Amino acid sequence: MSNAHLELSGVGISFPTDKGLFCALQNVNLKIDQGEFVSLIGHSGCGKSTVLNIVAGLYQASTGGVILDGREVNEPGPERAVVFQNHSLLPWLTCYENVELAVRQVFKGGKSRKEMREWVEHNLNLVHMMHAKDKRPGEISGGMKQRIGIARALAMQPKVLLMDEPFGALDALTRAHLQDSLMEIHRDLGNTVIMITHDVDEAVLLSDRIVMMSNGPSATVGDILKVELERPRDRLELANDARYHACRSAVLEFLYAKQQRPAA
Amino acid sequence: MSNPSVATPIANTIKSARSRELLKQGVRTLFLPLAGIAFFLLLWQLVAASIHTSLGQFPGPGQVYVQASQLLDTHLREREKAEQFITRQEIRNAELLAKNPDAQVKIRAYTGKPTFLDQIFTSLYTVLSGFLIATLIAVPLGILCGLSQSIYAAINPLIQIFKPVSPLAWLPLVTMVVSAVYTSSDPLLSKSYLTSAFTVALCCLWPTVINTTVGVASLDKDLLNVSRVLRLSPLAHVQKIVLPAAVPMIFTGLRLSLGTGWMVLIAAEMLAQNPGLGKFIWDEFQNGSSNSLGRIMVAVIAIGLIGFALDRLMLLAQKLVSWDKNAVLR
Repeated sequence: MSNAHLELSGVGISFPTDKGLFCALQNVNLKIDQGEFVSLIGHSGCGKSTVLNIVAGLYQASTGGVILDGREVNEPGPERAVVFQNHSLLPWLTCYENVELAVRQVFKGGKSRKEMREWVEHNLNLVHMMHAKDKRPGEISGGMKQRIGIARALAMQPKVLLMDEPFGALDALTRAHLQDSLMEIHRDLGNTVIMITHDVDEAVLLSDRIVMMSNGPSATVGDILKVELERPRDRLELANDARYHACRSAVLEFLYAKQQRPAA
Repeated sequence: MSNPSVATPIANTIKSARSRELLKQGVRTLFLPLAGIAFFLLLWQLVAASIHTSLGQFPGPGQVYVQASQLLDTHLREREKAEQFITRQEIRNAELLAKNPDAQVKIRAYTGKPTFLDQIFTSLYTVLSGFLIATLIAVPLGILCGLSQSIYAAINPLIQIFKPVSPLAWLPLVTMVVSAVYTSSDPLLSKSYLTSAFTVALCCLWPTVINTTVGVASLDKDLLNVSRVLRLSPLAHVQKIVLPAAVPMIFTGLRLSLGTGWMVLIAAEMLAQNPGLGKFIWDEFQNGSSNSLGRIMVAVIAIGLIGFALDRLMLLAQKLVSWDKNAVLR
């Protein structure tokens, strides 16, 4: 019961509006194990990002709470690193310096200058971005920026990696590349990952479990689908795998049959 | 392209299109500005000829040019006199010391009248002092206002009230305060300099405060979240995130401030009698010779050129520190 790595229990949040309190989330319960890859999927506005922001500590839950390794989460911190949807790199720093800023902040006193440099470079290598380390975010493509954003988050050595639609703004080919990179990294490092996505294929390909959210207001966890596909997964092989298609249709059915699409 | 009978005409068309484009560019960047200036000079000459003042005819471009070269001549002569004075003094002192090694030699500074160029330099360092004081106050104040809604709410009314106040209204107050506070029997800095610099500072504070506030307050929410996830300390947050993000806006404010400061300075110098361009104009006006209007016109043009140069320098600095190389700065 209490041995979950990350536990959300009875999480709800309300925002004050002109017409009184707006209840965005209600009674979200979720347990995530160490090293698990969980994706959150749901229609726009269902509160996926809000869940992520509460885990990140950027929002405070109105009811319930989040416990990570036995400690309550009530403020943001590098052990719950976030990869933001629009990369959020500091445009005045080079790619190297963007990662370095995080490394310095997290490991000050813990690592020597040389160790820090090696750690920054290690993480840039992990996302295959060493060649652009001295470029600024404005000089590289959207996919590259997102890679640097991931490198920055990984460099914090987080217990949980939170990704808010990390590949949402990318074209399909770049997205596939980054998904492969992410699978590789997850295989090697075994981070716990929570990822928000709109993309059913992405969710099935990457996740151990897919958390499907019901529509707001008062959104909550609608259903949880376990993806029983062994790793490493290969997108080409999976294209002909019946279990893959079963998962896919289960998610699609939840999204389009059980949950009415809100007026867009 | 292998067929020469087709390739040549195409190449020629491309070439002539290119040269037409170049010509168009040349006309825009060189010919049109020159034509504008020439037209202005002509108009000036015509109008000036028909204005008669108690100090004679209003100076046209020709007279102004004559006055400008005279002012330069005076400056060079003055410099020569100063050098001669110093050489004479050195020779005299050397002779004295040769006769009696224990002699107390006196070294006096040359005390000639400041020339037009000296006055330009006085104006420049006065305005830069005032601008520096203003920057040192305005940037931190702007950052505070941008970071905290409450501080902004508290300070904003004061900014709005003091922003439109004319330098001429501040000047008497500044003069009296400087006289009362800065009392020294051997003043290192002249009171007129301090009064002018402080008046400049008071008036050119506001654009920087306002632009810095806006720059800091409009910090991207995601960058703020990055700072929170990294748990940056408040100081590191300002240093690493807020300041760099606000730099473009801060520099926009600084440019506006320096422009305002330069305009304010001339008025301040006139009244405070700081020996800069403002005093030059005032003295010439009081002097009332037949050359005076021409000389004032030289000063007007000098003020304009220097103001333009200062603005370009700030623009250059802005481009150097700006991280957004795609932003169009003009």
